Amino acid sequence: MIPIESIQITAERLMAKAAIEIPEDYLAGIEQAAASEEGDLSSFVLRAMLENYRAAKEDRRAMCGDTGCPRWYVKMGNETRIAGGPVALEEALRCATAKATAEIPLRPNRVHPLWRTDHDNNVGIGAPEIEYGFEPGGSWIDLITVHKGGLFGTDYRMLFPADGIPGIKRFFLDSLVAFGKRGLACQPAIVGIGLGGSKDTCMVLGKRAACLRVVGDRNPDPKIAALEEELTELGNSIGMGAMGFVGSSMVIDSHIEVGYCHTGGMQMSVHAFCLSSRRACARIYADGRVEERTDPQWFTDYQRRESVRWELPNPGVKSA
Amino acid sequence: MGTAEPRRQVRLSTKPSFDDLAALRLGDVVFLDGLLYTGREGVYMRALEEKQPLPLDLPAESAANFHCAPAAVEHADGSIEMGAVTATASFRFSKWIEPWLRLSGAQLIVGKGGMSPEDYRTKFVPHGAVYLTTVGYGTGALLGRGIKTVKGVYWRKELGLAQAMWVIEAENMGPFLVASDCDGNCLFERENAKISAGLKAVYEGTKPAVLKRFGETDDRSDELI
Repeated sequence: MIPIESIQITAERLMAKAAIEIPEDYLAGIEQAAASEEGDLSSFVLRAMLENYRAAKEDRRAMCGDTGCPRWYVKMGNETRIAGGPVALEEALRCATAKATAEIPLRPNRVHPLWRTDHDNNVGIGAPEIEYGFEPGGSWIDLITVHKGGLFGTDYRMLFPADGIPGIKRFFLDSLVAFGKRGLACQPAIVGIGLGGSKDTCMVLGKRAACLRVVGDRNPDPKIAALEEELTELGNSIGMGAMGFVGSSMVIDSHIEVGYCHTGGMQMSVHAFCLSSRRACARIYADGRVEERTDPQWFTDYQRRESVRWELPNPGVKSA
Repeated sequence: MGTAEPRRQVRLSTKPSFDDLAALRLGDVVFLDGLLYTGREGVYMRALEEKQPLPLDLPAESAANFHCAPAAVEHADGSIEMGAVTATASFRFSKWIEPWLRLSGAQLIVGKGGMSPEDYRTKFVPHGAVYLTTVGYGTGALLGRGIKTVKGVYWRKELGLAQAMWVIEAENMGPFLVASDCDGNCLFERENAKISAGLKAVYEGTKPAVLKRFGETDDRSDELI
């Protein structure tokens, strides 16, 4: 049984870590981009960002003044039990979001869409979002917080089989060029691409691809993995860099996630994470141990399963 | 790291002289000293549409309007803690900027991503104002270091923490980049023109989507296929 206090304390720590510390994988990607960027203005911007990451850590200050929209991804093993149950879990995550907003401090971004009511704590109707995943086996809980920027860099389009890979490339370019101008997408970013599903799941897949996979991670389907690398190269060949200045750094990495879709369609979504790719995660075990990490490890074989049944793990055996 | 040469750096008062502004070149790196205030849609609507009197004497106290909502918290003892500050995209405030420049006498508009070349030429230049963009985006922690003190917050109750008018004393606060100059030249327009020249080649081998969307045709009576 996982104590609810442990969930709330860990969640508060993760809120601060996400806001203040740039994840190592993305930092390494930006360092690499800064080393090869030839555009003088773009290069200046990347060096300023590297200095900003250092300043944030030294001062224990948020990297970015725009908190984005803090949200939670929660994953549990099949045997996980939480003291107080799922309602207590959600209350703990809402409490941690509100408390961290005041203590770090974070900008209270979340308002009512019509009445602009602001509770000054990033909590409100439907906020923070809490999404769930499950894994066969295990009695742990993974808490993952992502503070994704809110306004630019995301788009959706209904493509069709006739559009094919050239259509995917075109919409990918359209999204980067449109939101890259003046740097509205806060690039260079990890870009997530959702393919298939239905409109809503396509958006969910693309967002998770951007926010829950680390730089360098490849899709297990070798042809999709090759397309990921091709899209990264394509994005960096636009001639644009940070802030929409002349340069060659638009995409730190591309991640594609797919879902089975209607036989006539090929939905596509594009999501740019940002220069402050804020994510932090921890696993809490039933015995109270807490292990922090920066790789959400969300997309497991089980999350991407395509079979009717999943055999519960026997020692050393896992099948799809 | 790249081959970039160091950019020209300028320390600038938030109540700059005409000569200070005239010396700025597109792409100069600016660090600000003095009082600046945040003001965005909430402040503009309250001051310009609801005609509420300004809570501070502008531009006597400050000629620098920051399109920003800070990550700030008010402690129980009334003290204010400001963590990171990052600008918000300025193009959305185009409809208020001319009357705001007239009312406030602002000479420095500081924000994210600049405004349109037309706004610079027809609104900024006649009022002697230039635009400074934040860098990144955004260097929230670096800008946070440049806050010497938070002098006050106005319209806090009416507009909420994010939209309120925060008055900040800046000391060597930056970096910012000069995105429009006194003649109305636009840094982003210049960069876009260079990038656009190569776009055709980048798109080679792709083709327009099978199903069109409005915007790809200007005629709303068009079929989209």
